[in-house]
Amino acid sequence: MHRRTKEALIKQVFLGTAITSLAVLALIMVFLFMEGMPTFSFVSVKGFLTGLDWYPTDEARPDYGILPLIGASGAVTALSSVLAIPLGVMSAVYLAEIANPRVRAVVKPVIEMLASLPSVVLGFFGMVVLAPFLQDFLGIPVGLNLFNAALMLAFMSVPTIASVSEDAIYAVPRELKEASLALGATHLETLVRVTIPAALSGIGTAVILGMSRAIGETMVVLMVAGGAAVLPDSLFGPVRPMPASIAAEMAEAPFRSNHYHALFAIAMVLFLVTLGFNVIADYISHKHRQVGSASL
Amino acid sequence: MKRLSLALAAMMVLGLAATSFAGEIAVKGSTTVQPIMQKAVEAFMAQHKGVSISISASGSGDGAKALIDGSTPLAMMSREMKESEIKQAKEKGVNPKQIVIAYDCITPVVNSANPVKNLTMAQLKDIYTGKVTDWKEVGGAAGPISVISRDSSSGTFEYWGEHVLKKERVYARAQMQASNGAVAQVVSKQKGAIGYVGLAYAKAPGLKDLTVDGVAGSIATTLNGTYPVSRGLYLYTNGRAHRRRGQACRVHHVPRWPEDRRLRGLHPPQEPEVHCQEGQEVGYSPHP
Repeated sequence: MHRRTKEALIKQVFLGTAITSLAVLALIMVFLFMEGMPTFSFVSVKGFLTGLDWYPTDEARPDYGILPLIGASGAVTALSSVLAIPLGVMSAVYLAEIANPRVRAVVKPVIEMLASLPSVVLGFFGMVVLAPFLQDFLGIPVGLNLFNAALMLAFMSVPTIASVSEDAIYAVPRELKEASLALGATHLETLVRVTIPAALSGIGTAVILGMSRAIGETMVVLMVAGGAAVLPDSLFGPVRPMPASIAAEMAEAPFRSNHYHALFAIAMVLFLVTLGFNVIADYISHKHRQVGSASL
Repeated sequence: MKRLSLALAAMMVLGLAATSFAGEIAVKGSTTVQPIMQKAVEAFMAQHKGVSISISASGSGDGAKALIDGSTPLAMMSREMKESEIKQAKEKGVNPKQIVIAYDCITPVVNSANPVKNLTMAQLKDIYTGKVTDWKEVGGAAGPISVISRDSSSGTFEYWGEHVLKKERVYARAQMQASNGAVAQVVSKQKGAIGYVGLAYAKAPGLKDLTVDGVAGSIATTLNGTYPVSRGLYLYTNGRAHRRRGQACRVHHVPRWPEDRRLRGLHPPQEPEVHCQEGQEVGYSPHP
């Protein structure tokens, strides 16, 4: 085959694979909206997003208010981020700057192994080991609660945050660090005032990735968050985030019934929230982008 | 290159051959009926080697939906099919046929450390609708009541909602669990918890079953109708169940669940041999 034809063909093949990914995403979006929009024919948008009662299977008076579910998702993500971000970023700093290469060669793979733990294993651990422990240790009545779920989700987000942050910090050019040290700054001062600000866009991306993971995680919250559809009013009360509701109820919702459409509407909300997170991540990464050799 | 293409061809043939497996049945539905089905299926598969039956239990509602959608030929349910479900089934050309296989009573259970022994139907209703929130109001040690319920796909949940809660809504703070097993597990680990399970699950370690209105749930009280929360366990098939499927289990066909409790014990005894034994082995009341 003529060389130029081969080149053109290969380019088209790569273009095709990229378009396939885009097409899949677009089709999922279209499907989600197609199945979710009919919800607003039997419940108003305001009623759906701010209603406090989620009783979709009540035959006489079904209610489709998802505010408790949104509140639970928000609370669980916020709490798990508060736990995971310091842990993840500081682990990344340790791995990139302070650990000697032998320690780094052992600790980094172990942290990444935590990321490959199946989420159902973490959910099982939270349900069977952590819940009774929390009940006995803290004297609370219910071990399957917001705190338990946030803790397990933090375990899931830490490897993501640590891994991407560590790559970002590692990518900061040595010239910056050496210049700072040459001017007399200590290692800590260099770290806090030069390296981390330089890596901020990568760290920001890592944090947002970790948070997106936490908000979309289904199995852990299904098993561990408690399952009560109420607004979270206590750190140790049972809650029901959005993915848990969808997973628990999808199998029984008759095809194209009101319940089915309501569940798809919840999925739509989840999708839009994750989309929002990604847009913010993109914005942060562009705003603090380092021009020149630090490129992450 | 020739060896590679030969290997590829061999793999493809093997892969396609796997899809031609004869006689595979997926049974779906209630977690309450699951223990009976497992024993029956084991016995059936031991007698008929060519058939492979898998059981997937996640709730009666899921079983009904699977029967309507055609993804299962046999749905296990611990409640009757609702009118709306029967209508949907008929629209899709499925003709649901009910088979009663056992009777069960739903037993309220508490943690074994809880001193409470008996609750009235009124107290159960108040606890589950959220009117009563502390154990001292029903005669136990002071402490918050942690309400455990099944989620909405469960037949046990529907039955409890209809007969104990009298169609009122479950307390919003009730923790919804996905199966009888999960309810048993959660109640056994939380000291102030109360839940409800089928009779077969009530003897799990860490649980204490309560008497309702003074009557203990057991095989005898279920059959003679004195236990207030008893129900039938059903299998639903599309149209007439084939005789062959029932051979090892000899499932007895009963057309309608009698409204009057007293009639239940009067069914003419027709021997569902293997099934009857298994029902008792697992802990449910034998179908007479």
